[in-house]
Amino acid sequence: MAFRSAVITFPGSNCDRDMAVALEQVSGTAPVRIWHGDAELPEGLDFIALPGGFSYGDYLRSGAMAANSPIMREVVRAAGRGVPVLGVCNGFQVLAEARLLPGALMRNASQHFICRTVSLKVETTQSIFTQGYEAGQEIRIPVAHHDGNYFADEDTLDRLEGEGRVAFRYVENCNGSRRDIAGILNKAGNVLGMMPHPERAVDAAHGGTDGLALFDGAMRALANA
Amino acid sequence: MKIRVLVSLKPGVLDPQGRAVHHALEGLGFQSVDDVRIGRTVELDVADDTSDEALTDMCEKLLANTVIENYKIEKLG
Repeated sequence: MAFRSAVITFPGSNCDRDMAVALEQVSGTAPVRIWHGDAELPEGLDFIALPGGFSYGDYLRSGAMAANSPIMREVVRAAGRGVPVLGVCNGFQVLAEARLLPGALMRNASQHFICRTVSLKVETTQSIFTQGYEAGQEIRIPVAHHDGNYFADEDTLDRLEGEGRVAFRYVENCNGSRRDIAGILNKAGNVLGMMPHPERAVDAAHGGTDGLALFDGAMRALANA
Repeated sequence: MKIRVLVSLKPGVLDPQGRAVHHALEGLGFQSVDDVRIGRTVELDVADDTSDEALTDMCEKLLANTVIENYKIEKLG
């Protein structure tokens, strides 16, 4: 059965095409492209991706406006039904602002935009997004963000760690994130938000392929479900 | 009715912007500054019968991110 995925494009998204290319490369099926103002998602989606870039000028706070766009109401509903949702970079900020994930992404502690490939440690393989990796595996994935400094209060951080919801940690903290957190899961495990860009690491010609296992693993998990 | 909403970072939340401004003030020779925190002011012009609940709702749902920010609503009349 074909893998039905969707990539949401907000005004300012600039990694939506990369995300679509990665999903098509892994699944062989081009994702449906959805515009932020669309009121509905197609039926029977297997996977929804919120790409990186910017959204609505990121007025107020990064992701704040997008979190209240018409299509996000649908994404929140789909996530509630268990549809896997991946948010990368601005997509992570949108998921946090939409309260699908706890915490907030603040300005990098250095105040600088950072754009380089970093090492991440895979903290859990108990999710459809991370089961393609080995626990503790170190992977190289690019980051490119100004607001990637993950913040949550101590109780929330303890809960995330206790429930195995930290998906990835920076090997060297590049942005001030609490407890080196680079990516987190929701309680049900079907929503992942991460600042690094796995869709930029799916082709050896672009410097690495460590992002492939995320898409590949998710697709396999869904095929076997 | 004019409303002013003051949004500020919660105590304990690191403010990199405030820290950079603090540094800049020291660079200008203002050595008496202990700390700088940067917030945001949102001015609203709303119908006179807008309820306090609605104003609170606006802050909670959009104007402030209550994970990291506090807000204060001021009625300017």
